[in-house]
Amino acid sequence: MTSTSPSPATTGHGVAVVFEDMHRWYGQVHALQGLSLDIAPGELIALLGPSGCGKTTALRALGGLDEVDLGRILVDGKDMTHVPANKRNMGIVFQAYSLFPNMTARDNVAYGLRLRGVDGATRKKRADEVLDLVGLAQQAGRYPHQMSGGQQQRVALARALAIEPSVLLLDEPLSALDAKVRRSLREEIRRIQIMVGITTLFVTHDQEEALAMGDRVGVMSAGRLEQIAVPSELYDRPQTKFVAEFVGLTNRIGGDAESGAGGGAPAAVSVLGARVELLPGSADRGHVTALVRPENLRLTRADDGAARVLAVSFLGSLCRAQVALRDETIVVAQMAASDSTGLYPGAAVNVGVIPAPVFAVTD
Amino acid sequence: MTASPGAGLGAVAPGGGALVARPKGAGQGRRTSRNQKLVRFVVLLVVLGYLILPLFSMLEFSTRGDFDKATKSFPRSLQSYQAIFTYPNLIDGIVASLQIAVLTVFGMLLLLVPTMVWTVVRVPRMRRVIEFLCLLPLAIPAIVIVVGIAPIYRWMGQNLGAAGGSPLTLALIDIILVLPYSYRAIDSSLRSIDTATLADAARSLGAGWPRTILQVIVPNIRGGILSASVLAVALVLGEFTISSLLSFNTVQVVIFLLGKRDPFVSVAVSLAALVFAFILLFVISRFAPGADRRGQRATEEDSAA
Repeated sequence: MTSTSPSPATTGHGVAVVFEDMHRWYGQVHALQGLSLDIAPGELIALLGPSGCGKTTALRALGGLDEVDLGRILVDGKDMTHVPANKRNMGIVFQAYSLFPNMTARDNVAYGLRLRGVDGATRKKRADEVLDLVGLAQQAGRYPHQMSGGQQQRVALARALAIEPSVLLLDEPLSALDAKVRRSLREEIRRIQIMVGITTLFVTHDQEEALAMGDRVGVMSAGRLEQIAVPSELYDRPQTKFVAEFVGLTNRIGGDAESGAGGGAPAAVSVLGARVELLPGSADRGHVTALVRPENLRLTRADDGAARVLAVSFLGSLCRAQVALRDETIVVAQMAASDSTGLYPGAAVNVGVIPAPVFAVTD
Repeated sequence: MTASPGAGLGAVAPGGGALVARPKGAGQGRRTSRNQKLVRFVVLLVVLGYLILPLFSMLEFSTRGDFDKATKSFPRSLQSYQAIFTYPNLIDGIVASLQIAVLTVFGMLLLLVPTMVWTVVRVPRMRRVIEFLCLLPLAIPAIVIVVGIAPIYRWMGQNLGAAGGSPLTLALIDIILVLPYSYRAIDSSLRSIDTATLADAARSLGAGWPRTILQVIVPNIRGGILSASVLAVALVLGEFTISSLLSFNTVQVVIFLLGKRDPFVSVAVSLAALVFAFILLFVISRFAPGADRRGQRATEEDSAA
């Protein structure tokens, strides 16, 4: 996971972006249902969600490529809701390779400057500078068909940055690339974004990408923003059932919830013999299903253990074990590889829960 | 008698080494292959003959000189071709047809390219409707078009002076007639690129619609535009029915009239028109974007290097 500073937003030179109660209909489909979002100057917001949740619609609306039926978009305090795309000065990197096939990498990068009437020599100098920033100075004379997918997306990033946009919009720019290139490019994009300090909206359906890159991550579902928070909070303290189930891996384990006693004591759930605090928004009465992270399950090797190991997966520094509980519920536990000694398919184990707050739902 | 396994495939050589016998079907396979080649050659010969024979006949007919009584044959001569330039009506017809072709090409491109790009980018659900409208002229007989449009031409002739009666007004009909062919050519080019994303990218960089179309889309569908233009020119230079029914003297009408007076010159002009079309096709194919430029994407390994 790429490390992210808690709030580079405060050091950036970007502009603030505000979505105010945005609605968008496509026929009967209500694609955006009152989306409101504040992006601080220089901040990178990752919008995460399944296909059709409205994240790309929100990005295209900000870029002026799609209309908004209701609501407003403010950029640096100015209402941009009805400003055409070509007057917004926003750099966009698309999911599909979008370099102009008839132009070299340098010409692609310089195109936005050409439209702004910048003279040829300055254009070339600026294009070469930005290509250098993305590590492609040597490829300036190549046409898109002579470059790999990763190179093309880096040129697309350079092209978007060359015009010094007020906001950078990244519409799943890594999804067409293979895993290795994707990882290196996302780190590069993050490095450049922090260096330039540009306000950025990054749309993805890849959780790892969103959590790795975003200063804050917004989870969308059915046109609504379910929760927006820094990655660690989103992962550890989901506020809705959707977020709890969508972000990261969870085990669904039955338990009995009890409301907090008077005096503001938090609600809790008894799960696998442990009493665990419930997160706000959880179901907190009767029999519930607790959503427990794999790393919050503890396996203890015991010959008389009630649970049985079904499979063990080695993931480098980590290890994952699939375990069948006494009631045949199958759970996944994650631990450091060094702690997995003695775990093998068929081994008897006891399963415990670390008392970290969990989200609970009723089925 | 019991055959040992593989008896038909191998034998022991006198020296002790194993011999691999020729498979039974090998000679037959070679014969089949030879027969197939022969069939292909014959088919090719028949097709070429079918295409070339009329052209050869036209060449032979149009290069006949005056009958030589002594040899009882026609000596070869280019007098029919030289005579083309002695028929002012013919020259006027050729010039008019070329002008109509140019106007038709420009009109067709102005009408089709922005419409199709707009449809792909902004209203993709209208693509079928546009396609249907463009293909419609194929289903309407020329005589129906003429009957429908003749009153408009009559009105133009009466009210727009010389311009209204000019054969160049035929371009208005020809633009409609070439739509089915031109639509197909441009559509296939637009499908070969991600038009919507390229347009979005250009607009996000600051390009308005005219620049987006002219600087980004058009250069990338050059092949389709050239094909559409060639088809339009070929169709205009070959169009006879409507020109004749509306009494405009285009090259085809003049050739037809000339055929009644001087068939040699008439055939010479027809052949020259065909040669012109071939040359045009050759030039277009030379300037069309090469297929070799695309599809050679560098690998990620190249990238790493």
